[in-house]
Amino acid sequence: MTTKVVTIASGKGGVGKTTAVANLAVALAQDGRKVVCIDGDIGLRNLDVVMGLENRIVYDLVDVVEGRCRLRQAMIRDKRLPELFLIPAAQTRDKNAVSPSDMVRLCDELRQECDWIIIDSPAGIERGFRNTIAPADKVIIITNPEVSAVRDADRVIGLLEADGKTDQGLIINRVNQAMVKRGDMLSVDDVLDLLAIELLGIVPEDENVIVGSNRGTPIVLDGKSKASQAFMNISQRLQGHKVPFIDLEEQTGLWNKLTKFARGGE
Amino acid sequence: MADSNLIQIKGLRDGLLVTLGEGGWSVLHSSLLLQIDEKTEFFKGAKLALDVGNQELHVSEMTDLRDELSDREIILWAVLSNSPTTENTAQMLGLATRLSKVRPDTPVQVKPVSSEDSAMWVKRTVRSGVRLEYEGNVVVLGDVNPGAEVVAGGSVVVWGRLRGVVHAGATGDADAVVCALDLSPTQLRIAAEIATTPERRSQPVPEMARLKDGHLIAEPWQPG
Repeated sequence: MTTKVVTIASGKGGVGKTTAVANLAVALAQDGRKVVCIDGDIGLRNLDVVMGLENRIVYDLVDVVEGRCRLRQAMIRDKRLPELFLIPAAQTRDKNAVSPSDMVRLCDELRQECDWIIIDSPAGIERGFRNTIAPADKVIIITNPEVSAVRDADRVIGLLEADGKTDQGLIINRVNQAMVKRGDMLSVDDVLDLLAIELLGIVPEDENVIVGSNRGTPIVLDGKSKASQAFMNISQRLQGHKVPFIDLEEQTGLWNKLTKFARGGE
Repeated sequence: MADSNLIQIKGLRDGLLVTLGEGGWSVLHSSLLLQIDEKTEFFKGAKLALDVGNQELHVSEMTDLRDELSDREIILWAVLSNSPTTENTAQMLGLATRLSKVRPDTPVQVKPVSSEDSAMWVKRTVRSGVRLEYEGNVVVLGDVNPGAEVVAGGSVVVWGRLRGVVHAGATGDADAVVCALDLSPTQLRIAAEIATTPERRSQPVPEMARLKDGHLIAEPWQPG
């Protein structure tokens, strides 16, 4: 297959870019693909922490760009999946250490080596954002069902359109169906209505995500929770398979529990 | 070596107008920076309007230039171009695309926009951060999202949901109107009057807003 470079961006911070990168990379690698993820958040790196590879960093992205090491030396192999690699960001530098053309060159070199390149974009729409967008074949915009996050996503989509990056997909992260039902949260339809781009996935709010991030174990690795199922579905859709969207309805009523029990549990 | 035919510099009332000649962007771009670096004192603190002619510039090129100019303490406030792509990019970045705007000391002339005047035709979703500005009428086929601004000398028609800020009759024309299939702007202005959208109770219907006896009113659109 031809290598695909996918950048995950959001505009607003804290909506789940890094978590999504880690989980999608793991899900693709579990499907037997060779995946390299790149942390584009120079100066504020944390993809290494979320993936649990922090203590293995020797060289980073800026070292590669400035020629202090070969590309291979900066690729950290995941401890669980041998086909998954991370190129970490430098922590002691800033976004100006890398240019958009550096990123294009780096990804062109990586294209010979792997099936997927997943890039974590920093928050904001400045230099760091442009660095990570430059090499992308596809950009995934991730947002929360919150007015401010959706507003920023809309701005990012506009900037991408102006830059001719038209292959876009949307992930709506941290959807709390109970709040949506009470009318306290934007629904998936509300968000889609405004942003009007292709929906790639809906990820329900899930405490396990935070636990996983803190432990350096992306939740897709255990694969049980609804959020991890959602990320696996997104990885399937990225690979061109049609997967129905998961049912977000909370099955908490007594009747639901009984029927589930009768069906033999979850 | 900077070729002086490529770049022409003219003083304006409140800044500099730099006109670029024909040529590849990378050549023009670097000779512009070269000229500036040769005359640092002259350019320092200047407000720069850049006429790029037919150049097609995308966001990355324009933001790069803006950053490089701001490193040299020059403010890029306008990009003029014949290319719709470039104008689009400039609007996307919140830069002016016309010079006439910045003249606060000239008396405002109320010039009604006649219905025969041409309109700006926008067939896409106007997203957050984009500012559309036109001296005539503006027609948008698509939504105007929250965070976007449409400013027209004449009237504004949105065949879609209008949820951003809209200003019709921006040069004082009190006969301007705003029509939308779903008229729910963050803020609606006609001439000097400002209103916000009341909390909507029912399904949206096509509406038209106009000035009546100095007050902004919105009424459901009656065909015929």
